[in-house]
Amino acid sequence: MALAQTSSVSLTGLTGNLIDVEVDISDGLPSYILLGLPDAALSESKERVRAALVNSGEAWPNKKVTVSLSPAWLPKSGSSFDLPIAITLLMAQGQVPKDQPGECIYLGELSLDGQLREVHGVLPALLAAKKSGFIRALVPYENYQEAKCVSGVEVIAIRHLTNALAYLRSGQIPDSPQLFSSSSSDYLLDLCDVAGQVAARRALEVAAIGGHHLLFIGPPGTGKTMLAERIPSILPPLSEESILEVTAIHSIAGTLMGRELLSKLPPFVAPHHTTTAPAMIGGGAHAIRPGATSLAHEGVLFIDEAPECGRGVLDSLRQPLESGEVTISRAVGSVTYPARFMLVLAANPCPCGRFSGRGRSCTCTQVAIRRYLQRLSGPLLDRIDIRVFIDSPSRIEMASEELGESSATVRERVIAARAIADDRFAGCSWRVNSQIPPSQLRNRFRAEKSGMNFLHTELDKERLSARGFHKVLRISWSIADSRGHAIPTKEDVELALRLREGMELLA
Amino acid sequence: MGKKQLIGALGEDFVAKYLVEKNYQILDRNWRIREGEIDLVAISEFGVVVFIEVKTRTSIAFGHPLEAITREKAYRLQRLALAWLTVNHRWGFEYRIDAAAVLISGGKKFEIDYRIAVL
Repeated sequence: MALAQTSSVSLTGLTGNLIDVEVDISDGLPSYILLGLPDAALSESKERVRAALVNSGEAWPNKKVTVSLSPAWLPKSGSSFDLPIAITLLMAQGQVPKDQPGECIYLGELSLDGQLREVHGVLPALLAAKKSGFIRALVPYENYQEAKCVSGVEVIAIRHLTNALAYLRSGQIPDSPQLFSSSSSDYLLDLCDVAGQVAARRALEVAAIGGHHLLFIGPPGTGKTMLAERIPSILPPLSEESILEVTAIHSIAGTLMGRELLSKLPPFVAPHHTTTAPAMIGGGAHAIRPGATSLAHEGVLFIDEAPECGRGVLDSLRQPLESGEVTISRAVGSVTYPARFMLVLAANPCPCGRFSGRGRSCTCTQVAIRRYLQRLSGPLLDRIDIRVFIDSPSRIEMASEELGESSATVRERVIAARAIADDRFAGCSWRVNSQIPPSQLRNRFRAEKSGMNFLHTELDKERLSARGFHKVLRISWSIADSRGHAIPTKEDVELALRLREGMELLA
Repeated sequence: MGKKQLIGALGEDFVAKYLVEKNYQILDRNWRIREGEIDLVAISEFGVVVFIEVKTRTSIAFGHPLEAITREKAYRLQRLALAWLTVNHRWGFEYRIDAAAVLISGGKKFEIDYRIAVL
C-alpha cells in the first residue's frame, strides 16, 4: 500500500480551512481520480502535475492514483493544490521522505515544466496554518514577500519543483528573494497641490479625524477628484493589525502589487460609475472574491459621478456602511468580508455640471437639476455625514504662489486628534467619532449644554431629523478633538451643523 | 502474420508462460467473437477463472502500455468475460480480469508488468 499525506489550505473568503491532501497509489489500470469537490481549475491539476513531474525528471506512477482532498464536503477551487499533490504523490511512491503530520504547508501552482507559479491568498492561508500550529511553508517564489508577513512560520521560497524536492530530500534551502522593506507612509499625492479650497480642506480634515463619510458637490474641474485622491495622505497610518487584514484582502483579490505590499497607507479605491453590484460588494460563481468595498477596507472608497452610478449599486453600499462588513451568498456558500471604509461621493450639481455660483451658464431645466441629485437615494444620503460644495478657486487663490498646507502637517493634526478620541473611547467597541452609537451620544457623549440646547431647538423646528441630530453630534466631537476642546462647545456644534448641511464654511 | 501481430503473439506467449510458472492452467487463447477478442483465459489453482488482456510494446515512447486500455475497452472486456463464461458453461465460477503489459526491448529482452483484478 502506497499512501501519503500532506497539508494545504483552501480559502472561503478570508477564512482558511486546512485541507489534508492524501494520495493512494494502488495496482490497477493507470488512472487518476481527484476527490473532494474540485472546481474546473483544480480538476485540471492532473495534467499540470503529471507534466511537471515528468519534466522535472521524476517518475509518474503508471498505476491507479487516487487523490483525496478532505474535508470532502468543502468545495475547493484554484490551482494552489498542484504543489501539495505533486509532493504527496512522490511521498507515496517513496521518492521523498514523508512529512511529520502538522508540520509543513504546501501552496503553489505548477507549470508544465515544473516552475512554481504565483497563487492568490497566500497570506490568509498562512495565517490559518499558523493558527493550527504549522511551523513551515513552501510557497511560490513570487509569494515570498507576502508569506513573510506571517511571523512565526518558516517560509521557503520555491521557484521550481526540483527546489522543493531538493529541500525535502536533503534539506537544501533555495535562495529567497530580497525582501523590500515595508514602504514608509510616503504618498505620491500631496494636499499642498490643491490651490485654495480652504473650506473643503477643513471639511476633509474633520472627516479624516472622525472617519465621516463625505459628499462633494461641484462643477467639473474644480478639484473634487483631486481632493478625494489626497484623503489617504492625511489619514493616520494603518495599525499592524489592519495592515495584515488589508493585505490579506488584496492577496485574495490578486491586487497586491509588489511594492504596495504591507503598506501603512490606507487603500484608495475608485470604482468607475458603471461598476456592477457584484464588483462593488464582491461576488463570483466559484470563489467569492472581494469587491471594491472590501478592497477599500480601512481606507477610502471614492465614487466619482455618483448620480451616474446605478441606483442598485449605490444602495448595495448600505449594508457595509451600516455594519462594516459585507456578506455575500452564492450557491457555493456565503462569505463575509470586512468592509469598513470612508465613503467619498462626488457629484456634479446638475447634468450639465455648470449650476454653481450664480449658475448663469447652466443649460439645465429646474426639474433636471432637482432630479439629478435625487438619483442618490435618501437612505444613502442620510448616511453621508458631511457635504461640501466646491467651487472654482478664486483668482487670488490661483495666483497665490504660496503652497497650501502639506499633507504631512494635516496628518499630524489628524493623528493628534485621533489620539484624544482613542483615550476617550478606551474600553469601547468603536474607535472613531463617526461610530459612536446613538444611545451613547445621548448619555455619555453629549455636547456642552448650550450646544445641546441649540440642537434641540433645531430638532423642534424640524430642521433636523433624529438621525441628523446624532450625526451632527458626532461631527461636533471630531471638531472638538481638532480644536482641543474636551467636550464640544456650542460653536463646534454650529460648525458641525453647517458641515452636515453643506453650507459655506465661514469660521 | 504482420509484424504487429507477431509482436502481440510473442507477448501473449510470454504471459502464458509466466502464468504457467505461477501454477495457472491456460484454458483458452485468442478467443474471438464478433464483439472482440480475449487474449488469454486461465484458471488458477484455486479455481478462479482469469481473463487477461495483454498489451505488448517495443518502446514506451507512447506512454505506458496499459494506458491504452480505455474505459470503453475495459467495459468490453467485462462483457466478453461474461460471454466466455456462458459459452464455456462456466457460469457461477469466480472470475477476475487482469492486465499484463509486456515490453520487448532489443528483440529478446522481455519485461512484464502484471496487474491483478484491474476491473
